[in-house]
Amino acid sequence: MNGTILADGLSKHFSRHRRAGLLRRWRTTVRAVDGITFRVEPGEMVGYIGPNGAGKSTTVKMLTGILFPSGGTARVAGLDPARQRVALARRIGVVFGQRRQLWWDLPLGTSFELLRHVYRVPEPRFRANLATFVELLELGPFLDTPVRQLSLGQVMRGELTAALLHDPEVVFLDEPTIGLDVESKARALDFLSALNRERGTTVMMTTHDVADLERMCPRMLIIDSGRLIFDGPVADIKRFGVERTLVVDLEAPRPALWVEGVDDVRVDGRRQWLQFRRDQVSAPDLIARVASAAAVVDLTVEETPIEEIIRRIYREGMEGLTA
Amino acid sequence: MTYRTSTVLLTIGAALATFMDFLMIAAIMGHLPTLDGWSLPEVGLLYGIAGVAFGITDMCVGNLDLLPRQIRDGTFDVVLVRPVGSLFQVLAMEFGVRRVGKVLQSGAVLAISLTRLHVAWTGPKVAMLAVAPVTASLIFGSVWVIAISQVFWTVDTGEVANSFTYGGSFLTSYPISIFSGWLRDLLAFVIPMAFVSYYPALFILGRPDPLGLPAFTPLLTPLVALAMLGVAGLIWRTGVRHYRGTGS
Repeated sequence: MNGTILADGLSKHFSRHRRAGLLRRWRTTVRAVDGITFRVEPGEMVGYIGPNGAGKSTTVKMLTGILFPSGGTARVAGLDPARQRVALARRIGVVFGQRRQLWWDLPLGTSFELLRHVYRVPEPRFRANLATFVELLELGPFLDTPVRQLSLGQVMRGELTAALLHDPEVVFLDEPTIGLDVESKARALDFLSALNRERGTTVMMTTHDVADLERMCPRMLIIDSGRLIFDGPVADIKRFGVERTLVVDLEAPRPALWVEGVDDVRVDGRRQWLQFRRDQVSAPDLIARVASAAAVVDLTVEETPIEEIIRRIYREGMEGLTA
Repeated sequence: MTYRTSTVLLTIGAALATFMDFLMIAAIMGHLPTLDGWSLPEVGLLYGIAGVAFGITDMCVGNLDLLPRQIRDGTFDVVLVRPVGSLFQVLAMEFGVRRVGKVLQSGAVLAISLTRLHVAWTGPKVAMLAVAPVTASLIFGSVWVIAISQVFWTVDTGEVANSFTYGGSFLTSYPISIFSGWLRDLLAFVIPMAFVSYYPALFILGRPDPLGLPAFTPLLTPLVALAMLGVAGLIWRTGVRHYRGTGS
């Protein structure tokens, strides 16, 4: 197993032609990925996030050998994706959330059989893997159903299986949860976590839904406008969330409790949301002040949702947060 | 097979449609005793070889029609992350119902024409008759691959490619010598449609070439077919490289 993913100054520039007048054309260069460097160790599970158009898919396409880089180097499982695309294809699994690789008119099970031949998976290995995935993802009831008749969640479970039947060392997932309902999404993500834990498969997953990653990827890479702006544990991102909210349930409805240290208050009947900054006032102090001002029945302290922190990173950059 | 009825209907439909083609040629020739010196059974030989080859080509590489869509909706990316050649995957890995009717009908025209021709059969002529549908299919198939490869650059619907595929079928159903000018030379020799049916038929019929090429020209047919195959492979690979450069 050598499921390392390496990117060193990886770049992709596209030329775009824009018409200006009848014959003149302007050539503009779009830096979709602009010098990205990171290293993912074998058996790691990383989330790759960023707003739409940040360069997530372009990066994945370069790492899987679909696109040639304009600059820098990539190395996946010890191979150069651009030049050893076919050799690499045997050792990686790729799931595109928006592109089907299953055969639309064939029963799901037949698609898997075809892939066995495409990847030349030894028969016993194939049977064992298929049995495992059928059980974990509960594919049994619709193995004989043509893919076109399956629900989106069922198709995605099939796609996951299709990408993993040949025991890849590295799995890339590009927006795998797009369009899935909560239940299907949870099932797919739990499955990926188990795969990473039990088989040591390296997993790199792009998404714009941060909640997906918070539960399963200890490490996050954030890309914006083609540049890597954060690479670290999810806990480090949470530290940037200095805003907290104290939610109190009072005995009786009261006007807003503007005690010292509170930045903002929202009132709804007997419940109030008091927003404060962790670096200005401590939660116990604030709770003591509130308790002395009103009769409190129940309370909780809420952290800034991670989506909110990341939205602010996109908006203001890392500097805005560390300052 | 889920689509049994539609397969049968499609086959009958295709056979009828292509039979109308030949009726049209027969109707033209009802007014003219010969077409540039070719009798109806002789044109039938030409038409039969080209038709059988077109039908075989359509069955083998007809899936190329799917390429423009695969490039536009991004499913071609899926092809590139599998450990099998991209052309093979496009040709073989989607399942479309393909017309068998054209092969059957053209084969019938070919058989009937052969019974009405007075050919002094020799070994080389029999060999040519056996080889011609194969080499013709290779030439047609190569032209289709080359023609569709333009979508790697243009990302359009591939309609331009149709003028080469169906245009080639039309052109090869008539003696090349009835066309004229630079366009004929382009189609006959640069896109070597003359080697699909015209030169093999000349050889079988023992006719001199009115275009004045040497007598051994028909024997070049297998070489031309192999050369076309090589060119097609090269252009496909160049196209895929271009796609992987731009990803558009």
